[in-house]
Amino acid sequence: MSEPIRFTLDGFDVEAREGESIWQVAFRHGIRIPHLCYSPAPGYRADGNCRACMVEVEGERVLAASCIRKPTPGMTVRTDTDRAKFSRTMVMELLVADQPPREVAHEHDSKLWNWAESMSVEQSRFPSRGAPAPDPSHKAMRVNLDACIHCNLCVRACREVQVNDVIGMAYRGIGSKIVFDFDDPMGESTCVACGECVQACPTGALMEATLVDDNGADRRLELDEVASVCPYCGVGCQITYQIKENEIVAVQGRDGPANHNRLCVKGRFGFDYVKHPHRLTKPLIRRDDAPKDPDCEVDPANPMTHFREASWEEALDFAAEGLRRIRDRDGSKALAGFGSAKGSNEEAYLVQKLVRTGFGTNNVDHCTRLCHASSVAALLEGIGSGAVTAPFTACLDSDVIIVIGANPTENHPVAATFFKQAAKRATLIVMDPRGQALRRHATHMLQFRPGTDVALLNAMLNVIVTEELYDRQYVEAQTEGFENLKRHIQDFTPEAMQDICGIDADTIRTVARKYAKAERAIIFWGMGISQHVHGTDNARCLIALSLITGQVGRPGTGLHPLRGQNNVQGASDAGLIPMVFPDYQSVEVEDIRKRFEDVWGTALDPKKGLTVVEIMDAVHDDVIKGMYIMGENPAMSDPDVQHAREGLAKLEHLVVQDIFLTETAYHADVVLPASAWPEKDGTVTNTNRQVQMGRKALEMPGEARQDWWIIQEIARRIGLDWNYESVADVFAEMATVMPSLNNITWQRLLDESAVTYPCEAPDKPGNDIVFGEGFPTPDGRGKLVPASIVPPDERPDDEFPMVLSTGRQLEHWHTGAITRRASVLDSLEPEAVASLNPRDMRRLGISAGERVRVSTRRGIIELKCRKDAAIQEGMVFIPFCYAEAAANLLTNPALDPFGKIPEFKFCAARVEPAGAAEAA
Amino acid sequence: MSGSGRKVKNYRHPGSGRGQGRPQPKGRQVDPDAQDEIRALLGDRSRQRDLLIEYLHLIQDRYHCLSAAHLSALAEEMRMPMAEIFETATFYAHFDVVKEGESPPPALTVRVCDSLTCEMMGARALLEALAGASGDGFRVVRAPCMGRCDTAPVAEVGHHHVDHATPEGVLDAVKSGQTHAEIPDYRPLDAYRADGGYTLLADCVAGKRDFEEIAKALDDAGLRGLGGAGFPTGRKWRIVRGFPGPRLMAVNADEGEPGTFKDRYYLERDPHRFLEGVLIAAWAVECEAVYVYLRDEYPAVREILLEEIKALEQAGLAAHTKLHLRRGAGAYICGEESSMIESIEGKRGLPRHRPPYVAEVGVFGRPTLVQNVETMYWVRDIVEKGADWFAGHGRHGGKGLRSYSVSGRVKEPGVKLAPAGVTVRELIEEFCGGMAEGHSFKAYLPGGASGGILPASMGDLPLEFGKLEEHGCFVGSHAVVVLSDKDSMKDAAINLMRFFEDESCGQCTPCRVGTEKAVKLMVEPKWDEPLLKELGQAMTDASICGLGQAAANPLKSVMKYFREEIT
Repeated sequence: MSEPIRFTLDGFDVEAREGESIWQVAFRHGIRIPHLCYSPAPGYRADGNCRACMVEVEGERVLAASCIRKPTPGMTVRTDTDRAKFSRTMVMELLVADQPPREVAHEHDSKLWNWAESMSVEQSRFPSRGAPAPDPSHKAMRVNLDACIHCNLCVRACREVQVNDVIGMAYRGIGSKIVFDFDDPMGESTCVACGECVQACPTGALMEATLVDDNGADRRLELDEVASVCPYCGVGCQITYQIKENEIVAVQGRDGPANHNRLCVKGRFGFDYVKHPHRLTKPLIRRDDAPKDPDCEVDPANPMTHFREASWEEALDFAAEGLRRIRDRDGSKALAGFGSAKGSNEEAYLVQKLVRTGFGTNNVDHCTRLCHASSVAALLEGIGSGAVTAPFTACLDSDVIIVIGANPTENHPVAATFFKQAAKRATLIVMDPRGQALRRHATHMLQFRPGTDVALLNAMLNVIVTEELYDRQYVEAQTEGFENLKRHIQDFTPEAMQDICGIDADTIRTVARKYAKAERAIIFWGMGISQHVHGTDNARCLIALSLITGQVGRPGTGLHPLRGQNNVQGASDAGLIPMVFPDYQSVEVEDIRKRFEDVWGTALDPKKGLTVVEIMDAVHDDVIKGMYIMGENPAMSDPDVQHAREGLAKLEHLVVQDIFLTETAYHADVVLPASAWPEKDGTVTNTNRQVQMGRKALEMPGEARQDWWIIQEIARRIGLDWNYESVADVFAEMATVMPSLNNITWQRLLDESAVTYPCEAPDKPGNDIVFGEGFPTPDGRGKLVPASIVPPDERPDDEFPMVLSTGRQLEHWHTGAITRRASVLDSLEPEAVASLNPRDMRRLGISAGERVRVSTRRGIIELKCRKDAAIQEGMVFIPFCYAEAAANLLTNPALDPFGKIPEFKFCAARVEPAGAAEAA
Repeated sequence: MSGSGRKVKNYRHPGSGRGQGRPQPKGRQVDPDAQDEIRALLGDRSRQRDLLIEYLHLIQDRYHCLSAAHLSALAEEMRMPMAEIFETATFYAHFDVVKEGESPPPALTVRVCDSLTCEMMGARALLEALAGASGDGFRVVRAPCMGRCDTAPVAEVGHHHVDHATPEGVLDAVKSGQTHAEIPDYRPLDAYRADGGYTLLADCVAGKRDFEEIAKALDDAGLRGLGGAGFPTGRKWRIVRGFPGPRLMAVNADEGEPGTFKDRYYLERDPHRFLEGVLIAAWAVECEAVYVYLRDEYPAVREILLEEIKALEQAGLAAHTKLHLRRGAGAYICGEESSMIESIEGKRGLPRHRPPYVAEVGVFGRPTLVQNVETMYWVRDIVEKGADWFAGHGRHGGKGLRSYSVSGRVKEPGVKLAPAGVTVRELIEEFCGGMAEGHSFKAYLPGGASGGILPASMGDLPLEFGKLEEHGCFVGSHAVVVLSDKDSMKDAAINLMRFFEDESCGQCTPCRVGTEKAVKLMVEPKWDEPLLKELGQAMTDASICGLGQAAANPLKSVMKYFREEIT
């Protein structure tokens, strides 16, 4: 820390802290200097271009922009001279000359108008210039450059904060213009609609479409605000809902630890689903004349073809009675429950407690099984903890960053902004069979053959070991199994592996050396690693890379599986897993079980339960007959989904609790209308282990009810004596059985909005980086587990010559139940697409936009073809969110033996033209 | 179950069903043919970002425009955002960006200079006549000062300059295909060396001379930066040398100040005297590389320098550093040193905020010695002939020699090597053969477009750094434009303000909006003087760089010295 800088400001002696500008010092001392192009928001560099903040520095010929000028010792600065004030006023008058009148301003209370008003410059003596035409091409945002003052905040927003690199300041002088790509309409550009520019714009030139009328004028809504957290991905961005009459009109980013005000298109523009006409508003009971059928389809706009409305009393009684009947008749093993990683920690806790104490079984699981179960299995085995060792923001301290099997610009967009920022300085190595937007920021892009992760990673391990680049001291002090690993990887030379993985030996050596030699290196991975029959092996290799090089436990180092759902970390922590109680405490260890039996006051199933796919198999095997599904949609998300649908249709009793009539609910006996995220309080835990507070912003529609209330009502009806009065009660109970929540209380979360676990004291922040001093394994050492090459379960052949990989895309969430009902997201990605490499398309005689037929051994779908050079030749990529062409009708249900995760990322497929194009 | 046995069924979905999915990822995709063309054009050249402008020139030269397809392919090839490519391409006047569906410009461009001297000498009529004649195969565009004001009016056909241009002369050049730069007779390497050239450099590199000795000679000679700022050269060398390396050097050959043509004059005659100065400076300040930033308006100089730098390197005379010749692309602002540095880095020429000064944070963030062409031209002579030789010149308190670019209403315009501090009357009478026939001396620009306008009654002021500031003017690059009773001061001021409006980079409000509003107010029959005064003060006080700070000088001068023309 350097000495503070003493200088004189308006006659007072003041001190500047390191890096502070004159403006910042003045602000701290209560002096308000106008500013337009400068934003004090985190991540925004001062640019000094608007000249609204000019001050006088003694001895200088001209004035200085206080936002960008740093004080020097002994400097004399005056903010209040006539000369400085005159220039500031003149700048404002020049800008106001070209603004649309305030009465019809795009933003009535913009920073520009507020400052103009406070400086009494609401009129201008200067002639105005012609106004540029409006650009209404984007569904979510309005571009009205007649209000643009060329402050370039949107350029910094797009290029430096979000690093989406779409906006530029083109042309020159008075002709300067904000452009998207090549001066394209915003809606036709590469814009990913993160809305950062809108949030940054100080004039209303860029506005949320919902806040202006048809003429582009501010609707002047008086908005209420509620602080919460985004319900979409595992990043966990903090948000502020802006509400008018029980409707979310806009969303702004908040300065949370994971997002620093940033959002993506879903978090900013994806909330009108809560008002969608398909919302379930009354409990529904299946009609007697509506038989179950795997192909059963119900129109969510008109469920009365298959259901009838019921009172809550009747529906809850009916739901509970069916479950109780099966339990009492066939025993606990005949029941199972799915909770949801979309719900809160408290809801997850209640669901697993309901299943364990009410149903009497550990058959409880959720979608973690479909995303990172293998990563968690490997992490628990290797380092004794399933969570990340460092937050993704740690990449800003890294010298080398590996992103493997992840496409964060689509799936963790705000985390990706940090990767892209870090890549401006650090070495970014991206490894993925599929090309992606991070490629342009990467030092190395290794587009290896799908399913050959272990070959590639073992070759890296081979280089590090044979070239003795490993951290000998760390290996000796902190790990076990090195000699075994060393022997195992002997034959995995880069030369031997290059033909298998498709990456030349030199490149493998280069990246292995860079990772090992880096002062600080970190690994991020996603479902490209986990969703394989060798998913656990893939993760074991990554753990070994990190452990033998000692790249863990320090700033800028670590292992970080990017968690998918907003609360998959929290739901797993809360025990929505068949093998473990809350905080990963094994159900099969007697001491642990005894402890939970004491707390919960009932005997517990001593055997681990079945997982998601196993549960469906058990339904087919007539073992499981009744299910309770809260907020999950296995009829879309399971592999070989026809099999799952057959299972769901076969159930004697299916209770679905959701906000929409999902594809799963088509098969329900009773449907309980639940609460959407903005309608409830509750905590969620993001991929960084940050427990965050979600707050209720809206009233629920119709007779929809809070989820925790519904779970409790079912619990009571199957014989449990539950008496929670609020969500906070549930959290309090969780804290008693979950050491991870030590020092984190409901009140603290209300006050601070986010606390990272583990946390050592009520007044201390949590520990971002863990395992600097050993691991929570029995002997404190990290375990090195060698992995052999296991081929994908189903390899291409003559009949099915291509590789199908599935995943998500930016605009849609998981099975699409929510996002396809969010109008902006639906309009940006309105229909199912299969992405193909242009060369394959030429070979197959398919043109872009044409319909193709994609088939595997399990099913056939038809959908539109998207020409995408990022796709490797021989591959087809299909997002699994589209019900009209459900990718999971095609996927292979083969499981990883450890994580029980299906191989969503690889199966053999055939692609052909679908024939004549269908009318839209 | 076999897949082929399963029927395709169109399932219900929760979307609105109203939209059409995109057949490709978001935004413009790279066209494979354009990608092949760009790869072929770039060959094995480095894809480093700072070469962007060089590559835009390659494309523009080859295809006569920058098509969207080529630009997106270039973005992909250089791994740059499309927006960043586009903003650079559209910043510079010499690039023609053509989007899908737009027609490319004709292959041949005729530029007609309409800066002040050329306008006084008939550029407007020339433009009108040519505009009528343009058609298939060529187009006519107005352009700022081409640095040939002594032969005004001037036009450029392709890269061929037509001096004393007439419509007929220009059309002849178009028809006869004279589109290449004419290389003037200059002193090549052999001749320069025969005359003792590069001996001093060799001595320096061999350690026979030391830094102190050279720097002291410059100090004693009083050599100052002759690009316009007049900063003492020796002192600058010491300052930059004081910053930890690696250090770089940038030579400002972006002589764009209207009325200035002295740098071109020397480069087209004795390029090695300049190059030797540069190499001595790079040796003295220990600069790893030198970037010579040459304006695109000087194609002949470019060919000379390309040839002679190659010759120098082959002769092994530049081994202690690396010489890079960078090509401007039509932007006056890039004569401002920090804008020039941005342009050298392949970006738009936006001036940087100071501090930090470029001496400390310059090209690629490194300490950088920035020097003007003429300043370097004098280094050898000063050391060899002695500081006293240079310092011995001077009048009215000036010290040293200055190259005045004189144009306008004088009999013999041109570069006049004269003692520092000479007055305009002395220049006209002693160096230029008096006023042109039929013209009487009324006013003069002492320092190009930005140095203000002074009346003839103030024609006895020394034209030297620091002597004109109290009158709201400065001598800058020593570009003297002489106006007569036949010239309107108001029109002159409008011409100059239009120039600044055209050439403002657009970064800061006072300059971007100020120049535009000023032009609008100045074309009115009667000026709103109070408002223009306020505007002028804000532009001077609050603009980021010298362009905006000086842009109001002519405006202020007219209000101060020629009020009768605007009321």
